[in-house]
Amino acid sequence: MSKRVEVRISGLGGQGVVLAGQILGRAAAHDGKYVVQTQSYGAEARGSAAKSEVIISDEKIGFPKVRKYDILVAMSQSALNNYMRDLKKNGILLADEDTVKEVPSVKARVLRVPATRISESEFKSKIFANVVMLGALTKKVEVVSEEAMKRAIIESVSLETKKENIKAFTEGMRLHEQET
Amino acid sequence: MTKQKSSSTHFWQGNEACAEGAIIAGCKFFAGYPITPASEVAEHLALELPKHGGTVIQMEDEIASLGAVIGASWAGAKAMTATSGPGFSLMQESIGYAFMTETPCVIVNIQRAGPSTGQATKCGQGDVMQARWGTHGDYASIVLSPNSVQEMFELTIRAFNLAEEYRTPVVLLADEIVAHMRENITTPHSDEIAIVNRKKPKPEDDAFFGVKEIPPMPVVGEGFNVSVTGSTHNEYGYRFTADPKVHQTLVKRLVGKVTNNRDKIADFECHSIDSCEVGVVSYGCTSRALYELIDLGEKERTKIGFIRLKTLWPFPETIIQKMAQTAETIFVPELNLRQIFYEVKRAVEGAATVVPINRIGGGEMITPEEIKTEIKRGMKRVH
Amino acid sequence: MSTEEFSTRKYLRDISLPFCPGCGNFTIINCFLRAVHELGYEDLRNFVFCSGIGCASWIPSPHFEADTIHTTHGRSVPVATGLKLVRPELNVVVFGGDGDLVGIGLGHLIHAARRNLDITVIMVNNMIYGMTGGQVAPTTPFKATTTTTPYGSFEHPLDATRLAVAAGASYVARWTTFHRKQMKEAIKDGLKMKGFAFIEAVSQCPTAFGRRVGLKTMKDMLTWLKENSVPRDEAKKMTESELVGKIVVGEFARRRLPTLTENIREVIGGVTKGVKTS
Repeated sequence: MSKRVEVRISGLGGQGVVLAGQILGRAAAHDGKYVVQTQSYGAEARGSAAKSEVIISDEKIGFPKVRKYDILVAMSQSALNNYMRDLKKNGILLADEDTVKEVPSVKARVLRVPATRISESEFKSKIFANVVMLGALTKKVEVVSEEAMKRAIIESVSLETKKENIKAFTEGMRLHEQET
Repeated sequence: MTKQKSSSTHFWQGNEACAEGAIIAGCKFFAGYPITPASEVAEHLALELPKHGGTVIQMEDEIASLGAVIGASWAGAKAMTATSGPGFSLMQESIGYAFMTETPCVIVNIQRAGPSTGQATKCGQGDVMQARWGTHGDYASIVLSPNSVQEMFELTIRAFNLAEEYRTPVVLLADEIVAHMRENITTPHSDEIAIVNRKKPKPEDDAFFGVKEIPPMPVVGEGFNVSVTGSTHNEYGYRFTADPKVHQTLVKRLVGKVTNNRDKIADFECHSIDSCEVGVVSYGCTSRALYELIDLGEKERTKIGFIRLKTLWPFPETIIQKMAQTAETIFVPELNLRQIFYEVKRAVEGAATVVPINRIGGGEMITPEEIKTEIKRGMKRVH
Repeated sequence: MSTEEFSTRKYLRDISLPFCPGCGNFTIINCFLRAVHELGYEDLRNFVFCSGIGCASWIPSPHFEADTIHTTHGRSVPVATGLKLVRPELNVVVFGGDGDLVGIGLGHLIHAARRNLDITVIMVNNMIYGMTGGQVAPTTPFKATTTTTPYGSFEHPLDATRLAVAAGASYVARWTTFHRKQMKEAIKDGLKMKGFAFIEAVSQCPTAFGRRVGLKTMKDMLTWLKENSVPRDEAKKMTESELVGKIVVGEFARRRLPTLTENIREVIGGVTKGVKTS
């Protein structure tokens, strides 16, 4: 990985994009990197646009907000539409296969991840889609180590959902093995 | 966080670091009222403070919160509250009371975009002047401004130390971005953290409100029969409103505690202020752009220097004046419609051109590139 | 019981009281200090007094030889909350007027009662803002003339005692300055009882209230308080309309409920246990 990677995880409130950013940030910290994670959300707990940003670097981080990002994770169509333009050329887009229907043709590397579908089929609920997505991100982009991610997930989620979250993460990792 | 035998690293949210700093500083009482974006301070303390023998209570409003904090402080506990703009407004009367009665306490204000309810979840830096002048009458404030998660921890400890040392309320004026961001932070060995405790009276002491610049503070229930009042009082704490001299002596001493110790209290971080053509003065989240600005300046062969304020009040005007000796222009980026700008302008007394860079609403920060563009434009205007 | 003769002097600082002639506060000071004396306290060392703004707030501060905290208007109860939570072993007593405690500070009073904070609140109800010159209060009788209701008050008064009962106070009583003995006993009960104790002392203010409603002297006012008072048992037999303008006196609540401190200990005490406090 290069010296500095900037990631934006975006979607709607309730999809767990803020938590996903926190987990990614925590994992990078476990890997010994400098990390800043920030978030933006509306006053509504559910449904409004939400985003979480993570900067991972070998050096101390000054400005904490991402401007042009290396990786964009889009969990909703509106998030993709709003944020696609600031993805770096040759950046990586991870878009949910079901909640993001239209992906414009871009120079970026595009990965369609059926995160919501996997979450629904495995757990009868959409709520683990964010962690499935993190699995795919970990496997494909190699920003953080698998061990650090697992540790970060365990530290960040409730005791009752630990097992499901680790399974969701593993599913996300596996998904890519199958696809590539 | 329990007492640490060695330094350790964490990945903490700013508000969490503030709560942990409070625990290390010896905070034993927290009272607060839910408000975005400050609630995590209360939530974290509710979980952790009881493990350290402390009490956390959610009061019926912010007025009651600071009231309870003041009561706890007189009962001998280091005490804190945390809020945001609307709650900070409600607390102003009690901030004046704490100042007048020399009650050490810490008030954390995580700034959001105001006025009024404004944008509850979006960052702002619009409470700078309120933190200085919010309560009525003549007074002096100590206001600290963290710009990282590390400093949410360190400056919370310093806020307690200053409150205890000077027997006065201290405001930690943070902002939504610094409070909600998560970063790596290193917490030192407990023995390496200096903790200040208020001066207690000797049994023969009876002047708890004067004679000395910072008089000793008794605890209720220890037999000192202390009389505490927000009315003008003499050095023994008794209300005395007939003689203007009593008021003058009291208020001048209270203000002097802060202004006479400006150099000890005021803290800042500097870069190249002896040799810069262009100066930038900033604080809080906005100051995070400064570090990248230096690199951008080097590329353009513009010598940029900066002062990053860690203390807003008392305002460190001497260092600003020093910058104005070499910098022709000083830029002041802040997330409000000019607040510290006027203070910088006042300090330089015409020795440099002071240019504001402002943004409000939406929670978006002023980027290093935007500051650079403003610097280019501003320099053209000057030459 | 104290063996010594009662004297207010041993509890008071040598500072003259600021009250007008005929003020009910003299009676209330007497009742309180007698109660303290009869409970066997030789001094006020174990007491902390909190008060706000208004004539009644001058009762303890700075006159009682004790720790006295004179807060801003309406905020005595929150300050008392912080004091009591940090020093549960102290007797925390709040003095305040009706404007202070059920006007500007009403919210705090209700919540302290709800929490059953173990403090004693003595509310001097003179039905007026006396110190500021006789403005209408939340306790002013309907149609009473005040400086801000020159044509008579068009609002009905608040019954603070019934409110304190509803909010969850452990001990609640109301007496007037005419009922000195009962008031003294109520204060003793309030101080002895664990939990939130609220004593409403209906009092006379000839200067700012009586003068404007045709009760010019202390004597007129005391007669009026006496004649308008209805014991609680009798009031139970009366209709609501019969009770308009009456002062129902007596004990309204006496129940041993867990206090805030006890509840904190029960719910999170295990967390605190064994933790070394620095």
